[in-house]
Amino acid sequence: MRREPFGALLYHFGTRKLSFLKNRTILAVIESLADHPDARSALRAAGVDAEAELPYLHALAVLVTSNMLICKDSQ
Amino acid sequence: MTSVAPVPRLIEQFERGLDAPICLTWELTYACNLACVHCLSSSGKRDPRELSTAQCKSIIDELERMQVFYVNIGGGEPTVRPDFWELVDYATEHHVGVKFSTNGVRITPEVASRLAASDYVDVQISLDGATAEVNDAVRGEGSFAMAMRALENLASAGFSDAKISVVVTRHNVDQLDDFKALADRYGATLRITRLRPSGRGADVWDELHPTAEQQVQLYNWLVAKGERVLTGDSFFHLAGLGAPGALAGLNMCGAGRVVCLIDPVGDVYACPFAIHDRFLAGNILSESRFGAGFDNVWKNSPLFRELREPQSAGACGSCGHYDSCRGGCMAAKFFTGLPLDGPDPECVEGYGGPALATDRDKPRPSADHSRGKPIMLTLSTRPRAKPCNESPI
Repeated sequence: MRREPFGALLYHFGTRKLSFLKNRTILAVIESLADHPDARSALRAAGVDAEAELPYLHALAVLVTSNMLICKDSQ
Repeated sequence: MTSVAPVPRLIEQFERGLDAPICLTWELTYACNLACVHCLSSSGKRDPRELSTAQCKSIIDELERMQVFYVNIGGGEPTVRPDFWELVDYATEHHVGVKFSTNGVRITPEVASRLAASDYVDVQISLDGATAEVNDAVRGEGSFAMAMRALENLASAGFSDAKISVVVTRHNVDQLDDFKALADRYGATLRITRLRPSGRGADVWDELHPTAEQQVQLYNWLVAKGERVLTGDSFFHLAGLGAPGALAGLNMCGAGRVVCLIDPVGDVYACPFAIHDRFLAGNILSESRFGAGFDNVWKNSPLFRELREPQSAGACGSCGHYDSCRGGCMAAKFFTGLPLDGPDPECVEGYGGPALATDRDKPRPSADHSRGKPIMLTLSTRPRAKPCNESPI
């Protein structure tokens, strides 16, 4: 993961896929995921409330599908 | 509550430049066993000032620090460097992915097995015709057979997903389906890119670039069958032919903003198609007024800073397609002698034709490494250093 002024760029060396974190909030969520028991707690801690969480949950799901985000225990 | 400031579109973010390139092209040598008529880098003979192994490794170290994700290694023919595999291994060990382009000359069964054992190296075999006749006319006698042998060796060794890299010309645009079939036969992926009038390409562009009808044919093929075809996002000048977004990829010029080129002697250019003094940002080895090293050239060179400023649409300002094509390719305009703030020579609205018909001065090449042609020794590619920069005392 490489930070950029708008958010961050993600590159997967295995799949050669490039992804973009398009704002700082999603970046903060992803960086803090490991410190929370679940994604929703990380979202709340980053200031994303229930009404606004849908696009963030979607983004996380996309990253999981593309193997960009993997479970801590499977590392 | 959430307070997320509205984010500008990604393309606008990219146009302002990134802290480091996403990827860059690195021509490791100007030496080449072939003499393709459209060679972007006018390659042939090795430049005596070519970067040493140690210098290349220190550049890789810097790319790792900057988190450049991968390098597209080319040339010349990069595999003729005796330290080529050493550099490939060094890059991947240092988290810089490698994709390299080759005409196949050194892809023996042994090399293919070695490549098959690595997960982090991509191989692109250059091929400009789906038949020997069409290919060899551009790339030279025997080059089709050489590329096929390389693909055979890779497939036999179990190397999966090699890339077949094709420059689309007037003579091979009708072979797109054949290229696709060829790629499928070898378990490879087809990659097609735009012919640029750069390097020796300037001399043959008029005869080789696809006609206006062929551009439409190419666009339609990409929209219909291009899903599994790579393009290096190089056809953004065609984006205006259809609905916005119909052409996959990032449709913008990334020169000096998200990509650049490092040449065999450490000169940094805005893009792989712009090896000319006009687009020379600086040299990695030499101290300049904005410091030394690649990071400094990328961040501080006046040329790159200028490219990251909003660009004038110029003569294209009133065109409804400007938002799609953004004026097309800077290098294509420059090397055909067209103004940079006007239409692309292959403008889909047809504004390129009249522009090409006017009196224009095509720029002379700044450097030429071709074999069998005189080399202009008097043209310096480096800005003269200030006396105070020559000595540290």
